[in-house]
Amino acid sequence: MPWSDAPVTSCSVEIPVFLALRDLRFARGRFALMGAVVALIAVLGVLLSGLASGLADAGVSGLRSLPVTHMAFDAKATSEQFSRSTVEAEDWESWSAAAGVERAEPFGNTLVNAQVTAGAEKGEQVNLAVFGMTPHSAMAPAPTEGRSFAEGGGGIVITREIADLGVRIGDVLTADRSEVRLEVVGLLDEPVSYGHIGVVYADLETWRHLHYGLPGELPEAAARQATAVALTLAPGADVSAVERATGTRADTREATFDASPGYAAESSTMALIKGFLYAISALVIGAFFTVWTVQRKAEIALLKALGAPTRYILRDALAQVVVVLVTATAAGTAVGLALGSAMIGKAPFSLSASAVATSAALLVGLGAAGAAVAVRRITAVDPLTALGATR
Amino acid sequence: MTVPAAGAAATAASDATASGTAARGLDLREVTLVHGDGDTAVTALDQVTLRVAPGEFVAVVGPSGSGKSSLLAVAGGLQRPTSGTVTVAGAELTSLTDKQRTEARRRHIGFVFQQSNLLNSLTVREQLLLPLHIDGRLDAAARARADELIEAVGLAHRAGSRPHQLSGGERQRAGLARALMASPAVLLVDEPTSALDRARSAEAVRLIAAQTRAHGTATVMVTHDTAIMDDADRVCEMVDGRLS
Repeated sequence: MPWSDAPVTSCSVEIPVFLALRDLRFARGRFALMGAVVALIAVLGVLLSGLASGLADAGVSGLRSLPVTHMAFDAKATSEQFSRSTVEAEDWESWSAAAGVERAEPFGNTLVNAQVTAGAEKGEQVNLAVFGMTPHSAMAPAPTEGRSFAEGGGGIVITREIADLGVRIGDVLTADRSEVRLEVVGLLDEPVSYGHIGVVYADLETWRHLHYGLPGELPEAAARQATAVALTLAPGADVSAVERATGTRADTREATFDASPGYAAESSTMALIKGFLYAISALVIGAFFTVWTVQRKAEIALLKALGAPTRYILRDALAQVVVVLVTATAAGTAVGLALGSAMIGKAPFSLSASAVATSAALLVGLGAAGAAVAVRRITAVDPLTALGATR
Repeated sequence: MTVPAAGAAATAASDATASGTAARGLDLREVTLVHGDGDTAVTALDQVTLRVAPGEFVAVVGPSGSGKSSLLAVAGGLQRPTSGTVTVAGAELTSLTDKQRTEARRRHIGFVFQQSNLLNSLTVREQLLLPLHIDGRLDAAARARADELIEAVGLAHRAGSRPHQLSGGERQRAGLARALMASPAVLLVDEPTSALDRARSAEAVRLIAAQTRAHGTATVMVTHDTAIMDDADRVCEMVDGRLS
């Protein structure tokens, strides 16, 4: 080929995008506007991620902190298992004996209202998410202050959310209606909650008094019950036989999150909002670069007439897209993190590095996809139009 | 890349003339270009034959719609003719693939567009460097050549200006310098005076003629302005797609 004889030297010391960066500088007003939109979306992305993880923490951090792999519920309870399921002592005994089960323990879960009847905040109403378990259970936390609860006697270990209301070790809470007396014996200084309510840990017997609203001696049947069997299963264990035998169903710990009140609705709402946000941002970015590319049509025709391969022009345009998206997303994420840090403690808000990184990556990725569709029209520009009006 | 001195180019030009061929220049043979088909077919170029030797400056005049733009489009490899052959610097453009034609435009053909057609965001100097960046040859020699050409077209004081800061004449000169950057064999000039007044038109055409001789390009200028022909070596007239 005659043209291939010319030597192709690639000793270029220039960055591979010549025009893109100069266009960015020249049309900085327009790109700043676009960048501001992307940055604001990034701020919103960080705040939504923080809110989503904050809500998730408020909903299920209590469950997440339990050192179990599964929970076995009454098979008849198919939704909101924590309020609808009841299991019997025979069930957790069967589970304990089954192959592949490393540990099986009764777990009680109930929500109660109580009043501070002795302590600095006397008269204060508190909501409690009571987790009942045996005192020697692996699920019973080691308190930061005070001691753990003992068998019987109404001792409870409170967590940070309850402590934030002013409840201290030594205070006495009294459950509404049942009048069950609860003495605060320990504090786990961590944000542990369930269904947006602070968790307290109690002995199973105390839990049963609260759950059934019965002070004094428990009836024989109630004394042998719990909400679920907390399980630690060996990886890949087949538990279908013990499930059938006991009439229970083992859900993974993560699957139980949906059983927490409001959790599924909250997470699906947040996911919907985030999904729309990313879709809108991809469309806005795509629309901007469509208009930009259409405006550049004459320049693109000129570049092609000067002998620029389409690949060169596309690479230049995409590099511009990436520079705008990455810069704007980084700036927006930084602002979002600053705002978010100020919100921690004032709202159900928590920042996780992975959630923020995912949010930023999605914004850049989907934005780039939208812009790629827009700059694709570069391929269709005819260099002939560079010659101007046909005469 | 090499920076051919004016003398070397002149030698090349006389060699080509001496051997009696235009192999290093531009050679159009019986080129016909038909737009559309059937009843709506329009013949833009009708059996056009044109040879331009290196260092030769040919002006093509004709009224609007006579096929002048089509001549440039075909000679510059922007459009494939319906029949006939176009040879640039010894290679037959009409037999190349689209990709090869793009490369041919980049390395062997210089365009000076109507109203110069500069890129808004680039300074005059950057306008000149861009074609070599596209070709992956942006090195110190290229920068030196750019400065040399800017000097040659009298824009040294404007090297850092962007198009919106330039006058029509300055834009035209920047466009000419850019077209010469890759040391093209063929220089194609489209209506260089459409945006200029009488005095500046004459000046622009004189500059094109001078650069044609200095760089040994085979230059074709199309224009409807019959008053600027004095500097051309040859004037051809185009009527209804035919060249005389």
